[in-house]
Amino acid sequence: MVRRNFMKTVSAVAVTAAFGLGSLSALAAETIKVGILHSLSGTMAISETALKETALMTIADINKHGGVLGKKLEPVVVDPASNWPLFAEKARQLLSKDKVAVVFGCWTSVSRKSVLPVFKELNGLLFYPVQYEGEELEKNVFYTGAAPNQQAIPAVEYLMSKDGGEAKRFVLLGTDYVYPRTTNKILRAFLKSKGVADADIMEEYTPFGHSDYQTIIAKIKKFSSEGKKTAVVSTINGDSNVPFYKELGNAGLKATDVPVIAFSVGEEELRGVDAKPLVGHLAAWNYFMSLKNPENEKFVKMYKDWAKQNKLPNAGTVVTNDPMEATFVGIHMWKQAVEKAKSTDVDKVIAAMAGQTFNAPSGYTLKMDETNHHLWKPVFIGEIKADGQFDVVWKTKGPIRAQPWSPFIAGNDKKKDAPEGK
Amino acid sequence: MRITGLLLCGWLLSASCLAAIDPALLKPLAAEDSDAKIAAIVALAQATPEEALPVLKAFSDNSLAVVGERVVIVDGERVLDASSNVEIRPAPAAIETIGINNRVRRELSAALAALRLFSSERSVRWQAAQEVTLSAEVKMLPLLDKALAAESDPEIRTRLQLAHAQASLGSTDAAVRHAAVRTLGESSSPKVRQLLIPLTEKRGDNWVEPDSAVRAAAGTSIRSIEQRLAWADNLGRAFTGLSLGSILLLAALGLAITYGVMGVINMAHGELLMVGAYSAWAMQSVFRAYFPAALDWYLLAAIPVGFLAAALVGVLMERIVIRHLYGRPLETLLATWGISLFLMQVARTLFGAQNVEVANPVWMAGGIEVLPNLLLPWNRIIIVAFSIAVLVAMWAILNLSRLGMFVRAVTQNRPMAGCVGVPTGRIDTLAFGLGAGVAGLGGVALSQIANVGPDMGQGYIVDSFMVVVLGGVGQLAGAVWAALGLGVFTKFLEGWTGAVVAKIVVLVFIIIFIQKRPQGLFALKGRFVES
Repeated sequence: MVRRNFMKTVSAVAVTAAFGLGSLSALAAETIKVGILHSLSGTMAISETALKETALMTIADINKHGGVLGKKLEPVVVDPASNWPLFAEKARQLLSKDKVAVVFGCWTSVSRKSVLPVFKELNGLLFYPVQYEGEELEKNVFYTGAAPNQQAIPAVEYLMSKDGGEAKRFVLLGTDYVYPRTTNKILRAFLKSKGVADADIMEEYTPFGHSDYQTIIAKIKKFSSEGKKTAVVSTINGDSNVPFYKELGNAGLKATDVPVIAFSVGEEELRGVDAKPLVGHLAAWNYFMSLKNPENEKFVKMYKDWAKQNKLPNAGTVVTNDPMEATFVGIHMWKQAVEKAKSTDVDKVIAAMAGQTFNAPSGYTLKMDETNHHLWKPVFIGEIKADGQFDVVWKTKGPIRAQPWSPFIAGNDKKKDAPEGK
Repeated sequence: MRITGLLLCGWLLSASCLAAIDPALLKPLAAEDSDAKIAAIVALAQATPEEALPVLKAFSDNSLAVVGERVVIVDGERVLDASSNVEIRPAPAAIETIGINNRVRRELSAALAALRLFSSERSVRWQAAQEVTLSAEVKMLPLLDKALAAESDPEIRTRLQLAHAQASLGSTDAAVRHAAVRTLGESSSPKVRQLLIPLTEKRGDNWVEPDSAVRAAAGTSIRSIEQRLAWADNLGRAFTGLSLGSILLLAALGLAITYGVMGVINMAHGELLMVGAYSAWAMQSVFRAYFPAALDWYLLAAIPVGFLAAALVGVLMERIVIRHLYGRPLETLLATWGISLFLMQVARTLFGAQNVEVANPVWMAGGIEVLPNLLLPWNRIIIVAFSIAVLVAMWAILNLSRLGMFVRAVTQNRPMAGCVGVPTGRIDTLAFGLGAGVAGLGGVALSQIANVGPDMGQGYIVDSFMVVVLGGVGQLAGAVWAALGLGVFTKFLEGWTGAVVAKIVVLVFIIIFIQKRPQGLFALKGRFVES
């Protein structure tokens, strides 16, 4: 009896699946497939899951308003599981099997480096929404996150300013991979150009997923007590940030003594932490949820509604952050470019992307640079408030142009500010 | 007049008695520029010290705001006029909080501490004296003199004298500086050393400190402070080692039973930790939903729940899979590895692939300051104590209880134990359940310091095996020494080489150690050792 019922269920499922597939392939002609390549498990899931949700929300919103070129967008979501080689495999699957017109994805630079050869080989199109170390300019990629001069350099300049506490000694703390290493190389050269001696810079790295920050916090305490005002620049990525900030709070290292400025910690990462002991620590981004402007209000409301509709975990307390805004802007700019090119052909879209503008939730009209594939972005520096939001304490006058080839790395002055083969 | 007024009002409490603050003094607090804000804070604190306190306190709590031109204090639902402290009704709609940054916050806490030095409550003054010590400058000397004259409590006086000495460092009189430097030699705070170091340095061709006697005294003071600091540093490092050791021990103790005593290579051990950690999260959710008042105590409830949940999983594993594979280590290894993948996928399906948030209860946040540069966090102290408790309980069960005796009998000589009537099959199940339950306890503890997610066990399985193998298979004592040794070794190494290299060095060390001494630190001796 039980077995018969089971068989019935199986056949019912099979039939539904067959019909489902049939209807999908019938639809395929009228939709444009869009790939979403974000880790939904593993150490980076804390940061990347929200980007998948933002992408799905933006796509649903575009579909509600008539789609692109009269066709609906069809998202294809894959999970590369914070596993860098798997990123390349999944990217290949999206481009050659699913034949997506564009991919929105990646967070860590190591994942982006892993998929690059695939995008170059198959002439795909990738929108990368996260701040990164620069030193890269590819025809097949549009960078909607910040380059070092749009985040790291202004942040350190702020720390050295009167309001930032006139820091004279720096701890450069990061996860051990390409983004923190390169950013810290740039920052070291920058600090040297400002007259900071090598003895006043301490560089520390931890493996991915590291969870015991006792020694490092003790080291920072000791370093900061050896004279001169000290500040910490953190490029820790992923869920290591939770134990790091927990330890920081418990160890009583206050922002008024040793401020910590982070480049990969936003509203989303602070959700898992009690923010009260962290008040006054800083983050540098190109967008904060607490910004007050009509575009941002719309964006925040849209995401909150989306979270409620789709019953995301803790839907009542969802937050928006910088890479989510960059994802949102990227998808809209791609849509505009496709409409301008009247085609989803990768080369035509790349040509149409130059000079696209979009009225972004950061409160500025952002422009895709005509040549270098990077977005012009404003820079904000925020202090953590007790509720896990940020209070903007400094900002640039307007969007600034990205310098993917940092002038603080030797030999970069000879590099061309446009991708090869374009 | 003023004193009677104070007596009538009490200090700070009854706001209505306080005179109104001139709104012209308040308005500059809302200035855009930090310099202007700081000037306004200083001016306000000097003009009307008592009345300024609640305003400055609200400012540092981020609850000072402006409505149009008027400066107001936001107190939950209520909005108070800052100058008169009278509630505004109806509450105005367009309230704009005045932002502050770290620099303003620093000035505010200095100003607040200076005002609180004259509080009537000892604890407030004590706290204030401590804060003043952090920011003492020469311009604060008159204030500190006044406070010292009024202070009668000897402990607070000592603090204030330190602050006074610190402030006197900027004096123009060499004799005053000399006395200050000598007083500061009594301190054991890294901050003071930071202040003294410049006195012994040259700027250009000139000494920063022109008087040679003061320079020499500064040198002596720095040395005596440094001695105390170095002592505290080493103590701190030993504690972090102990803390890491206790975590390794909690993670490995369950394995010390299942692998060490019973000989089952349990690759799903990490997932048993995960079951324990998720139990902590589940109890937190239950308390949040049903007993929000007792939320801080969810962890106590999580301890038995974590133990039982993991023990149940362990018993099922043993009954269904492992008991059919005794004496076949390779098959056990593969089967338990499969179980590990299965359990991870179950967690992913039930709770989602993302990490879940487990908050520290309030009583585990913060720490105790043993010395000015040594602060021991509560969560670490509690975990060390917890691991000792678990260890003692395990030892008692294995050595004092009937079950423990049976377990030892079965592992030492199975056929003989069977002959004298020990139900060996049931004992295996119970022993495995016990080991799994202890792993669950480890998971509950880990949930307080690490991330709780479906793959969390993977990070601990290598460490756990490392501890058990290093300690010597078949011994609890071995696991204890191995965990402590590894913890302290890793931490001292980390302090010296950094976390990435330390990890590599530890693994290389283990490989060499196992080659040289495959039986581990403590080997079982005697005739019952299986060949």
